Amino acid sequence: MMALDLSQNKHTDVSFEEKERLFDEVKSDSRWDFVLNGCYECGICVAACPSARFYDFSPRVIAQAVAREDADLVYTLMSDSIWDCSQCFSCDRCPRQNSPGQIITIMREVAVKNGLQTAKKALEGYGRIIYKIMSTGSQVSPDMLQPDAFPDWGTHVYEIAENLEVWRKALPPETLHTTETGWKIDKKTIIELYLIWHMTGVMDLIEGVDEGLFMILVDVMEERLEEAGYDDITFD
Amino acid sequence: MIHLPITKASDRHFKIDPNDAPVADLREELFQLEKEGELEVIRVPDNHVELMTKYGRMKKIPIDKTWHHKSCGQCGHIPGYSTSIFWLNRQFGLDYYDPTDQTSCTAWNYYASATSNPEAQAAVAVRNFAAAHEVGYFPLIHCGTSFGHYKEVRHALIHQHDLRRKVKKIMERLGKKLVLPEEIVHYSEWVLAMKDRIAERQVIDMSNITATVHPACHYHKLIEEDAIYDSEIYGAQRTAIVTGTLEALGINVADYSTWFDCCGFGFRHILVSRDFSRSFSVQRKIEVMKEEVNPDVTVTHDTGCVTTLDQSQFAGRAHDKKVGIPVMADSQMAALAMGAHPYKVLQLHWHNTDNKPFLRKIGIDVDKVWGEFQAECDKIKSGEKNFMTWEDADN
Repeated sequence: MMALDLSQNKHTDVSFEEKERLFDEVKSDSRWDFVLNGCYECGICVAACPSARFYDFSPRVIAQAVAREDADLVYTLMSDSIWDCSQCFSCDRCPRQNSPGQIITIMREVAVKNGLQTAKKALEGYGRIIYKIMSTGSQVSPDMLQPDAFPDWGTHVYEIAENLEVWRKALPPETLHTTETGWKIDKKTIIELYLIWHMTGVMDLIEGVDEGLFMILVDVMEERLEEAGYDDITFD
Repeated sequence: MIHLPITKASDRHFKIDPNDAPVADLREELFQLEKEGELEVIRVPDNHVELMTKYGRMKKIPIDKTWHHKSCGQCGHIPGYSTSIFWLNRQFGLDYYDPTDQTSCTAWNYYASATSNPEAQAAVAVRNFAAAHEVGYFPLIHCGTSFGHYKEVRHALIHQHDLRRKVKKIMERLGKKLVLPEEIVHYSEWVLAMKDRIAERQVIDMSNITATVHPACHYHKLIEEDAIYDSEIYGAQRTAIVTGTLEALGINVADYSTWFDCCGFGFRHILVSRDFSRSFSVQRKIEVMKEEVNPDVTVTHDTGCVTTLDQSQFAGRAHDKKVGIPVMADSQMAALAMGAHPYKVLQLHWHNTDNKPFLRKIGIDVDKVWGEFQAECDKIKSGEKNFMTWEDADN
């Protein structure tokens, strides 16, 4: 296991002003007032945290760093530690009603939005999932159950892959006869989802973190949006 | 120094009074916003049951007119989970709606990658709620994460005017209203509300079964005041969900020390860092259950939990870990107790860990029922049938 380097000279290539700017963006999030109330350093969050058992990771360090407004340390954590969090929110049992998990959600979002190299690295190999959820409206699909995708799930995955078409038809709910999506989703519904991605700036966010994926998504969406009569998808 | 009298833990009783709740009842603010014309509230249908939540507030659980907000993981990889929920509805002749005008809540992706934002998350949620409202049904959420996430979204939309304004504008562009349900209800709460009716129609004796329960993190840790508790179950010191259902079926629910731990899913971990998911699931959950209880089955109520606890055991076995506990959802256990077919309805062939010893222990002829399922598959393969119907599933 790699030890977490919390020394302040780890990211000397990034100016303090830039670190402060990113931290300010974290603090300006509309959820900020609900997720941090100070920290007793009691460690209850660490005791409850699954990631703390397996990684050099501590929700207490996260809460402390942001509570002390230590922009250097916040940047260090934003560049590494935050991606170890399991997002289970076991740390919500904090006696000060802090939510280190929610603080991390915001920090991750800022890291992605600003295209931090470490965020790009953390999302390596994850692009196919983003593509699936953004383009189809369901995150995992039956056809993902392939042996090369899940080698650690054993021979059982081979059996599913071999029988996929028939086993899906052997499901009584008709909405579940699909293989490329979890269930049958209307075209109109997908169009509405695409419009939401465009209107909320999520497409811009994807462009910043993975340009290749962005281009593919634009291709897929543009065609379907045009078919649905949306030639101009510019929103104010 | 004042010495307080010492009371044995077993003699201590905690009186739950909603007036002492540390958090406000969100519904009051919700209805106030409706009065002010800010949004529209989707009412729980008249046919509902009230169950107690953590701080004593009674929560309305709809029995019928339910709009089933399906789950990516359940429908994609463990489809017997949702099939069992539908089967139970059909057995009781309840009016339910299985929509195609529904997207994922997209929260799995959000918690995994942060490639979204609060406006998008809230808009996706409200779009789905509006779709339910437009056809006159009430949303029943299948996934634990969707449930937790939607509770968070509702909380944010009630308390953040700016977010509400943005989402309302998006909904207007989609030709929809900003609607929020009076209650955010998880399917396992519906199963719990139905437990006595299910037990009345139980045909398989499960009194020789010992089960462990894993309560899903996003069910009882996010907006904790909205989870179901019961004074008769763990003294209302932890959620009654799933445990209450299993006890009604006569199952012995055994405790284990790591019940609060997560399953190891981790959102991004199960997809791109599975070494963590496998290790945590096996070492902190399955091995502990095995050593402390050695249950016949472990039961949970969420997409990720069933998947992680079940699939991770394959690697654990390869490393001679103490594994081998079949994993099911409460909906599958309830359907099984009522005589649902283990393969046509529960679809247990999609699960990984061997569940045949458990099925045999409750008197099921595994070879026979597998043969019946295979016969249906053969009809589909030969073109005799396009797909298996609900009627086929019950024959």
